[in-house]
Amino acid sequence: MIEIQNLTKTFGTGAEAFTALSEVSVTIRQNEFFTLLGPSGCGKTTLLRTIAGFVDPTSGTMTLDGADVLASPPYVRPVNTVFQNYALFPHMTVAENIGFGLEMQDRPKAEIKQTVGEMLELVQMTPLANRATSEISGGQQQRVALARALAPRPKVLLLDEPLSALDFKLRKEMQIELKRLQSETGITFVFVTHDQEEALTMSDRIAVMNEGQILQIGGPKEIYDHPAERFVADFIGETNFLEAELVSVDGEVAETRLPSGKTISTRAASGRAGAGKVTVAVRPEHALLEPPGALIDGKLENIVYFGTDTHYHVMLDGGARFVVRRQNQPDAVEAYTIGDAVGVSFNPGVGQVLRD
Amino acid sequence: MAETREISAARRRWMLLAPALAILVFAASGPLLIVIMYSFLTPGDYGGVIWSFSTDAWFNVVAERDFFDETLSFSDAHWSIFWRSVKLSLMTTAVAFLVGFPTAYFIATRPKATRDIWMLLIIIPFWTNLLIRTFAVMEIIRNEGVVNSVMIGLGIIDEPIQLLFTEFAITLGMFYVYLPLMVLPIYASMERLDFSLVEAAYDLYASRWRVLKRVIFPLVKPGVIAGSILVFVPSLGAYVTPRVLGGGKQLMLGNLIELQFGQGRNWPLGAALSITLLAIVMIALMVYVRSAGREEVSHG
Amino acid sequence: MARSRSFDVRRQAGFPAVAITCFILLYLPIILLVVYSFNAGKSIAIWEGFSLQWYVSAWENEKVQDATIRSLIIATCASVIATSAAVMAALATTRSPKFKGYSVVFAMINQPLMIPEIVTAVALLIFFAMIKVATGYTGLWYLILAHSAFCIPFAYMPIRARLQGMDLNLEQAGADLYGTPWRVFRRITLPQLWPGVLAGAMLAFVISLDDVVITEFVKSAGQDTLPTYMLGQLRRVITPEVNAISTVLLAISVALVIAFYLLTKSGKPKQGDVQ
Repeated sequence: MIEIQNLTKTFGTGAEAFTALSEVSVTIRQNEFFTLLGPSGCGKTTLLRTIAGFVDPTSGTMTLDGADVLASPPYVRPVNTVFQNYALFPHMTVAENIGFGLEMQDRPKAEIKQTVGEMLELVQMTPLANRATSEISGGQQQRVALARALAPRPKVLLLDEPLSALDFKLRKEMQIELKRLQSETGITFVFVTHDQEEALTMSDRIAVMNEGQILQIGGPKEIYDHPAERFVADFIGETNFLEAELVSVDGEVAETRLPSGKTISTRAASGRAGAGKVTVAVRPEHALLEPPGALIDGKLENIVYFGTDTHYHVMLDGGARFVVRRQNQPDAVEAYTIGDAVGVSFNPGVGQVLRD
Repeated sequence: MAETREISAARRRWMLLAPALAILVFAASGPLLIVIMYSFLTPGDYGGVIWSFSTDAWFNVVAERDFFDETLSFSDAHWSIFWRSVKLSLMTTAVAFLVGFPTAYFIATRPKATRDIWMLLIIIPFWTNLLIRTFAVMEIIRNEGVVNSVMIGLGIIDEPIQLLFTEFAITLGMFYVYLPLMVLPIYASMERLDFSLVEAAYDLYASRWRVLKRVIFPLVKPGVIAGSILVFVPSLGAYVTPRVLGGGKQLMLGNLIELQFGQGRNWPLGAALSITLLAIVMIALMVYVRSAGREEVSHG
Repeated sequence: MARSRSFDVRRQAGFPAVAITCFILLYLPIILLVVYSFNAGKSIAIWEGFSLQWYVSAWENEKVQDATIRSLIIATCASVIATSAAVMAALATTRSPKFKGYSVVFAMINQPLMIPEIVTAVALLIFFAMIKVATGYTGLWYLILAHSAFCIPFAYMPIRARLQGMDLNLEQAGADLYGTPWRVFRRITLPQLWPGVLAGAMLAFVISLDDVVITEFVKSAGQDTLPTYMLGQLRRVITPEVNAISTVLLAISVALVIAFYLLTKSGKPKQGDVQ
C-alpha cells in the first residue's frame, strides 16, 4: 500500500538544522488501522504531512500502490487528511464542506449530492446538513471533518490527532466511531496520536516514534508486552527496569541472572548476542508481591490505593525501585504494611530483555 | 524534487510582488534617486536644470555667497528655518506626549467594552483630511475666531491677539493633526500592561507618582518612543500646516523646499534641501530602530 | 475613609481631566467647522442663522464639480490598483517563510509611510516633469500612479493582518481535497480575505481622497482635486462654502473609517453567507 524507504526530512540549514525524520522506513498495509505513536516533536506529524504532500522530504522514497507520489502536489494525491483543528471552511455549510473535495474533482452535481447525502448518513449528521460550521459542537465538527475527508473515497485517510480537542467521554465515543468507519469503508487509516491508550485500543498496528525515528512496529499486544527498547517500554504504560546479566540466548528465550543471584528465563529479540549486561523490563501488573525469599527481596516503601488496583512500591536490595500492581478484591484485608520485608517475583517469559 | 518546488515557489513569490514593486519603484523610490542627481546640477533660469555638474546647491543649503564681493557667510535665512523646523517639531512632540500619555492611559484603563469606542474617537480625526483639520484650527484662532471672541467676551483682553500666522499657530496645528499618532502606539503598549505589576508596586510601598515613574513608564517606553518618532518625523517635513497657519511668514523646511520649485526657481537647491530633510528623518528613524532593538534585547 | 472605599490601582490624578480635554480639543474645531457650514451669513465667525445656501453654491460651482469628479476618479483608480497590488504582495510576504530580500521588500512597501511627503512630492515633480517633456502626455495617470504608490502600504496592512490571522490549515485542507492552487485561492483564501481586502481598499480610498501635498506638486495646470482646490481657496477670502465642502469630505471619511473599523473588528466573515 504505502511503502516508505529511508525518508529523511531536515528543516533549516547549518547550525539551526533540525532533523524531523531520520531514515524512516515503514510499510503500511491495505485496510489497516495504522497508528504513529510518540511524544510531541517525535516526527509523527511530519511523517503524516509527508504522506499528505505538505512536507517535501529531504531524501528517501515513498510509493502509494506502487506509484511514486513524492513528486505529486497534495491536490493530486488520493489521500485525505482529518486535520487536528478540523480546518472546516468557515464560509461554507456542513454539506458544502463535505462536498468540497468532490467539487474540486469536477464530479457531476448529482453524484456530489448523492455522496454528500451518504456521508452525512454515515456520520449521522443529516439533520445538520445546512448549518454553518460554527453552529455545531466540537464532536459534530469532528464528524464533518471525517465525512469531508472520506467523501472523495481516498485510498488512505490520514488523521492528525483528531480526538485531542474532545473531552474524555466524547473521545471514547469517537474512538469506537472511528473503528466502525474504518471497517465499514475499508479505507486504510493512518492515525497520529501521543495518547498510548488511544493507540492501544484502536490500532491494528502501531509504530512508536521518538526523535525522528521509528523504534518499533507491531500489534498493540506485542508493543505492550514485548517492548523492544527502553523508550518504548517507558512511553507505553508503566514499567520496572532491572539490571541483569545475560547468561544464554536460545532463539527468543534468554536466561538472565538478576542481582539477587537467581536466574529466570525472559524474552529477547531473536538473534542477539549471548553475554553481557542487559536491562530487563517487567510490567507492574505482571509482577507478584510475596513474602521474603522470592526472586528478589526488598522493603515495602509505600502503598498507593487507586480504586481498581493498588500499587506497592518496593525498595529492592541493591537500591533499585520496583512497583507491583495488584488488582483490588472486594473486602480484601491488606496483608502488608509499610516497612515490611517483602519479595518480588514474576513468571518465566514475562520479562523482556531490551535492546541497548 | 524539493529544490524544484522551492524554485517555483520563489518565482511565484516574485511574480506576486512585481506589480507593487513596479508601482513603488516608478512612483516612490526611483524618483528619489533623480532628486539626488538634481542636487548636483545647475539651476535653469526659469526653473528646471541645466545639465552641468555643480555643488552650489549643497553649498547653498547652509551658506550664501555675497552677490557683490563673493564672500561667504552662513545663510541666516536657511539656518533660522532649519532651527524653526526642529524647534517646532520638538515642541509639538513634547506637547503631544504631555497630552497623549495621560489620554492613552485613560483609554487603557477603561472597561474593555468601551476602550474600542474611545480609540475610535482618536482614530477618526486621524483619518480625516489633514487640510480640513488645519483649516478648522485656523478658523478658531483667527482674529475673529472663537478663542479671541470668547476672551474678549469675558473681558480678559480688549483687542484680538494675533494668534494666526505665528509659530504658536503652527505648533498648535501640528499638535492637533499629529496627536493621534502619539496616542496610538502608547495605547498599544499600555493595553498589554499587566496591572498586577502595578499592584505589586503599590504593595511594595510605591506612591502613585513613583508607580507611574518606576513601573508604568518604563514598561510602555517603547510605545512612547514610537509615538514620539511618529509625531516628530511628519512635523519636521510638514508642509500644509505651516503654509496655512504660518501664512507664508513663518516658513518651515517643507515650505522652503517648495519655494525653490516655485518662486525661487532653484530646483537643485530644492533637491539638496529635500535630501537634507530626508537624511534627518532617516537618522531619527535609525535612532528609533536601534533603541527599539535594545528594548527587545533587554526585555528578552 | 468614605472618600475611597477601595484602592483603585489604575487611578492617576489628573489623567482623566487631561484625556477629556484632549477629546474636546480634538473635536471642537471640527464641530465648529461643520456648524459654520450651515451659516446663513458670509462669515465663518459670526453666526447669522441656519441655511444650506453654501452647500447649494458649492454644488453649483463648476470648479468644485470638476475637482470632485477628478478626486473620485483618482481615488477609485488608485485604490483599485493599490489594493490589487497589495493583495498580491501580502500573499507573497505571508504565505511563505522569510525569504532573501524580505526586509528590502518590506521597507519598499512601507517607504511611503517613512519618507516625508514633501520629499516624495518633489521627487515626483522632477521625475514626471522629465516624462512630460519626453512624452508630451499630461493626463491624470501621473496623479493616479502617484496616489497608487502611497496607497499601497495602507491597503497592504489590513490585508496582511487578515492573512496572518487566517488558519493555514484551511488552505492545506483545500489542497488536500483536490483543489488546485488557483481554485483554493478562489474558493478558500479570497472569501476569507475579503473583509481585509475591502478594509484595505477603503483606507486607500480615504488616503487618496485626502491627499494634498503630492497632488499639489504632481498635478498639471487645471488638474485640481478637492483638497488642492480648497488649499487655493484658503489664500482668498474664505466663505462658508469651504466649510460645506469640508463637511462633505469629512462625512465621507468618517463613514469609511467607521465601516473599516466594523469590518476589521468583526474579524471573521459572517458564517455561511458566502455561497
